[in-house]
Formats: sequence, structure tokens, C-alpha cells
Amino acid sequence: MRKNKSVKADLLLVAVLILVGIAIGGALLLTRHTGVVVTVSVDGRVVERFPLTENRRYEITGAEGGYNRLVIEDGQAWIQEADCPDALCVHMGKIRYAGQSVVCLPHRVVVRIEDSPDGMPDGVDAVTG
Amino acid sequence: MKTKKIALYGLLTAVALLLSYLEAQLPAFVAIPGIKLGLTNLVVLVALYRMGSGAALGINAVRILLAALLFGSGASLAFSAAGGILSTLVMIGLKKTGRFRVIPVSIAGGVAHNVGQILAAMVLLGNEKLAWTLAVLWFSGMIAGAVIGLLGGLLCRRLQAIADRGGPGA
Repeated sequence: MRKNKSVKADLLLVAVLILVGIAIGGALLLTRHTGVVVTVSVDGRVVERFPLTENRRYEITGAEGGYNRLVIEDGQAWIQEADCPDALCVHMGKIRYAGQSVVCLPHRVVVRIEDSPDGMPDGVDAVTG
Repeated sequence: MKTKKIALYGLLTAVALLLSYLEAQLPAFVAIPGIKLGLTNLVVLVALYRMGSGAALGINAVRILLAALLFGSGASLAFSAAGGILSTLVMIGLKKTGRFRVIPVSIAGGVAHNVGQILAAMVLLGNEKLAWTLAVLWFSGMIAGAVIGLLGGLLCRRLQAIADRGGPGA
């Protein structure tokens, strides 16, 4: 490790990485809006769609057995209980914004908030001009 | 010399494997899958700087395969392979430019690792909108990369000092 490397290049690289990260985060924050539909996918296929506005409890069956208990309440969705080894999905918390998801890798389950049933952006986004 | 090299490769692979196992046993300290320190990357980083690109890539590839066979699954193989190989390639590329120190290289490697895993998740889970996870993992990768880069840089200097004294350094 010779010392002829400029600090400038190092700082530039790190600055670019930070800026790209902030850009990704900022773009998400600026465009976030509450979703309409909760979709449940198992092994990449959507198996259920529920409106985010209706309170509900639903037991998801994993790709190779096992369960994740989905709760939809007060416009938020979360996994309340699951028998997967890490239970990370339970700790991922409540989601409500379009595009957010809770993932259970062991069961290959993805719970996602989407804009609207037909996949079109709802309300404001659709209006141009 | 050749025997020594084989032994060293084996030893580093074993250390990397052990760190993989160790890290898998730690409870996730944040509730988002993918946020972790990446202790294994320490070995990859040291291999890259002390032994070269081929060693880093080779050791990591063998480590990923063995870890998946011993304590993983098909899915975990795809995840760690996508993350590990992309990260190693990015670090090799950046190091080859000769412009960057260890820590920034490691930071970029940390980001690349998480980006690779997200890409694998998009393919495997058929979930193309993982943007939220990406935003979080982008920064967690940077922090993890910085820590590993700091440790890796220290380790490389110590190993160099040992090698300079004629000791058993790489």
C-alpha cells in the first residue's frame, strides 16, 4: 500500500456512493404514498390480494409448508406470527406505503403494498398537466 | 513455496467459512434481512491485497459453495453468490485502478454485495420492486464496508510487518 494515492479520489468515490444512496432514498420518500392493495406472493406467484382498508387476519402457507400470519388493520399490514426459523418477517414491522414489502425468505413469501388492483397508479399520479 | 501457497489458500478459506458460520449464528440485530457486517469480507479483502485478485475470487467462491452445502440452501447459495461475487469483482476492479485506499474499496464492495443480493431477490422472489430495501441496504453496506475496510487495512499492515521481519506472513 504505497502512499501515492490521493485522498481526493477516495473522498470522491465515497461521496458518489453517499449521493447515489441519498438519491435512491430521496426519490422513494418524495414519491411515497399510501397503497391500496396488499398482495401476498408465495414462490413468486401472487396468491391473494386484499384491500388495505379492510381489517383482516390471514394465514399464509409457505412454499414448503409453514405459516405466516398476516394482519391488516387500520390501513397497515404486518406479519404477526410465523414459524420460520428467523422470524425476520415478524420484526420487519408494519407497512402502508405503495412498494413496501415484508419478506419471509425461508417460506418464500412476499407481502407487498401496491397502488391499486389493476396496477395503475392511483389518484394524483395519473393526472398530468 | 507452492505447498505454502496451497496451505495458505486452504487456511484462509477455512477462516472465511468459519466467519460465515459465526455470522449466521448471530441474531439479526436489525429487522431487515441483509443488514449484516459481512465478517467474511475481511478475509476476501486481506486475500485481495496480500495475494491478488485470483486468490480473493477463488477463496470467496469456494467459501460460498461450502457454506451453502454445509449450512445453507439453494436459495441462500444464490443470494450469497450474487452478493459475494459482485462485491469481489467490484473490489478487484477498483483496486486495479490503483487510485483508491482499502477503506473506500471495501465500502464500494459492501454496497455491491447488497446490490447483488437485491438483484438475486428480484429474480428469485419475482419481486421487482425492492427499492425500499435497496435504499436501506445501500447505506448499511457502506457502513459495514467501512468497518471491514478499517479492520482489513490494519490487518494488511500487520501482516506486512510480519512478512518484513521474515515471519510467516502471506
